[in-house]
Amino acid sequence: DTSLAEANSFSPSMPISPSSMINQYKFEDEPELKDLFITVDDPESHITAIETFITYRVVTKTSRGEFDSCEYEVRRRYQDFLWLKSKLEEAHPTLIIPPLPEKFIMKGMVERFSDEFIETRRKALHKFLNRIADHPTLTFNEDFKVFLTAQAWELSSHKKQGPGFLSRMGQTVRAVASSVRGGVKNRPEMFTEMNDYMETFSHKINVLDKIAHRIYKEEREYLNEMKEYGPIHTLWSASEEDIADSLKGVASCIDKCCKATEKRMAGLSENLLPIIHEYVLYSEILMSVLKRRDQIQSELDSKVDALANKKADKDLFSDGIGKLEDKVECANNALKADWDRWKKNMQYDMRSAFTHVADNNLHYYEECLATWESFLASQRVEHHGEEDSEDRP
Amino acid sequence: MEDCLAKKMEITVSEAEKRTGRNAMNMQETYTAYLIETRAVESQNEGQCSPVDSLWRRYSEFELLRNYLLVTYPHIVVPPLPEKRADFVWHKLSADNMDPDFVERRRIGLENFLLRVASHPVLCQDKIFYSFLTQEGGWKEMVNETGFQLKADSRLKALNATFRVKNPDKRFTELKHYSDELQSVISHLLRVRARVADRLYGVYKVHGNYGRVFSEWSAIEKEMGDGLQSAGHHMDVYAASIDDILEEEEHYADQLKEYLFYAEALRAVCRKHELMQYDLEMAAQDLTSKKQQCEELATGTMRTFSLKGMTSKLFGQETPEQREAKIKILEEQIQEGEEQLKSKNLEGRDFVKSAWADIERFKEQKNHDLKEALISYAVMQISMCKKGIQVWTNAKECFSKM
Repeated sequence: DTSLAEANSFSPSMPISPSSMINQYKFEDEPELKDLFITVDDPESHITAIETFITYRVVTKTSRGEFDSCEYEVRRRYQDFLWLKSKLEEAHPTLIIPPLPEKFIMKGMVERFSDEFIETRRKALHKFLNRIADHPTLTFNEDFKVFLTAQAWELSSHKKQGPGFLSRMGQTVRAVASSVRGGVKNRPEMFTEMNDYMETFSHKINVLDKIAHRIYKEEREYLNEMKEYGPIHTLWSASEEDIADSLKGVASCIDKCCKATEKRMAGLSENLLPIIHEYVLYSEILMSVLKRRDQIQSELDSKVDALANKKADKDLFSDGIGKLEDKVECANNALKADWDRWKKNMQYDMRSAFTHVADNNLHYYEECLATWESFLASQRVEHHGEEDSEDRP
Repeated sequence: MEDCLAKKMEITVSEAEKRTGRNAMNMQETYTAYLIETRAVESQNEGQCSPVDSLWRRYSEFELLRNYLLVTYPHIVVPPLPEKRADFVWHKLSADNMDPDFVERRRIGLENFLLRVASHPVLCQDKIFYSFLTQEGGWKEMVNETGFQLKADSRLKALNATFRVKNPDKRFTELKHYSDELQSVISHLLRVRARVADRLYGVYKVHGNYGRVFSEWSAIEKEMGDGLQSAGHHMDVYAASIDDILEEEEHYADQLKEYLFYAEALRAVCRKHELMQYDLEMAAQDLTSKKQQCEELATGTMRTFSLKGMTSKLFGQETPEQREAKIKILEEQIQEGEEQLKSKNLEGRDFVKSAWADIERFKEQKNHDLKEALISYAVMQISMCKKGIQVWTNAKECFSKM
């Protein structure tokens, strides 16, 4: 099953090169051939008279024939990723284009260029490119190839070609207009179901996002209090003799539990939070994909209506309608296939993310358990020691 | 410990009841009454069950008993009562005295107090204490008749002594210092513990939100539905588990609180020593000055300035007869003073000896109890971890089925 393998085969958290990705891939069981490996790393700050921005290094290793070389290294900034995404949306209006990290993060106190922000963005950009690479259709997109291989000036000149800003605006306006009209008359049942599903999914994933953030916040507050709690026992032990060791033991246990809590929090922020966030973005993407499909359909519908009213120029029209009918059928099929693929990936991602959360919590409790059990054992040994000495003559 | 009352008598505070009555100013008040049950322990006849005696007492009567013990046995570290008002509470617990959880914990604390007194080698033999447990009517009058309130040292006097005593026993100075530290560190610990409990409660409860979302989400999923739904259930279990965990921890906090209040009892013994020492020093000083006066009068020399000396110089010296009379009075006073000093010295030494014996007993009890408390804390943490492992193992299984 290709889709499951794809989701599995890259991890943006580890700063590994495409070569080691290839090596890692070789050890996996899936027999599918992956011939495009991409990493995003090495953020660098650029300061010009007008602005400051970050570029990321994008390294590509490939064995595909259509690539002139087998290795490429380019620098890209966030704007370039935005450009790529819009080109892909333009070329494939009813395919599910992976989400890009947002321009700014509203919640939290993350500064625009803080290390944390840059690292989170880098990981998301890495995932973005790899998801495209794993997509059966998008991976062969020409703009994608240019993005991966062109030097800075080549990319600039390539960007200037093709339909400009206004035509993209036009498409957006039409899409919005068609949604304002309140959906489409002849929408196939399947897409209505998809729409209903996405509305509920979107709501639930947003609630999950809030819950996950709330849990992280509560854990952090708990950690802060625990950090103060442990040392009090050490302070106390300074005025005691007999129970000083026990007190110090408790302090040490609490300290170890603090470290375990930090690990648990890291697990959340590195795994669950980003994935849920991606699917929040995905739910928006999917809603707009469905709208675009509706819009393509309504183009056809309005032409069919026009034909029914205007009896003249039937031949011209029917030819045009035939093309539109093809267009609609293509769009529907593409979306259907991509939808199935997306659902499978979503299922995999959610299962893996939540299993990871469970593992995280298990490790946390197991570590804490071991700490307290070892403390308890040490206390009981002392106890027995005292009892033995009483028995001795 | 063979004469100890606790071995001969089973004592429990078994119930608490809300009552209404009229107070001293004839205003209606609500209070809680506690049922004290006592039963003689028959060690020989195991089959027989001796009858249970019982009577009701309210908190203020416990306070009266304790105040009596404090005054009557100043050399004993008198066990403390549970707190009058709920303190160191975290948000979920109510600070209301009428709250059933608070009343329950107070009931346990009062029982603990009685058992502490009953197992103390000295205190358990006190008649007033025995009557407190067994005599329903007229107990208050009995206590007041002992006149213990009159024997109580004034706080002002005690405060004075603290600052003016010159040669306190070093051990008591150290002990006072220790009790200050103990009080400070335990209050700090209890305050932070309450905050930790608050935060832990938050972490667990937020997980409960998963349950509802998973359930709603599972409605639109085909393959993932079952896994989500059942995982949600385990998240609910996880969220609910914190209530019992924290309730158990309250008992641990109560154990620490007892020693927080014991610190005050330790200080009371130290204060008594300071007072006695101060009294002694004052008496010695007074004796010395009288002896000096006597000497001056006898030899006619004036070594130290005195108003009397000046006035007699100004207005003429007194007659030899007057002088003789004065000397005689002083000599009597000196003799009295010396005897008083002797007995005060003896008293002081006895006090130090018996107080220190009880303090040693207290230290051992404290070390044992606190160690046990810390062990019980570890046991609670272990239980919490095991519950966590179970829930997340179950949840993991559900997630893997998604």
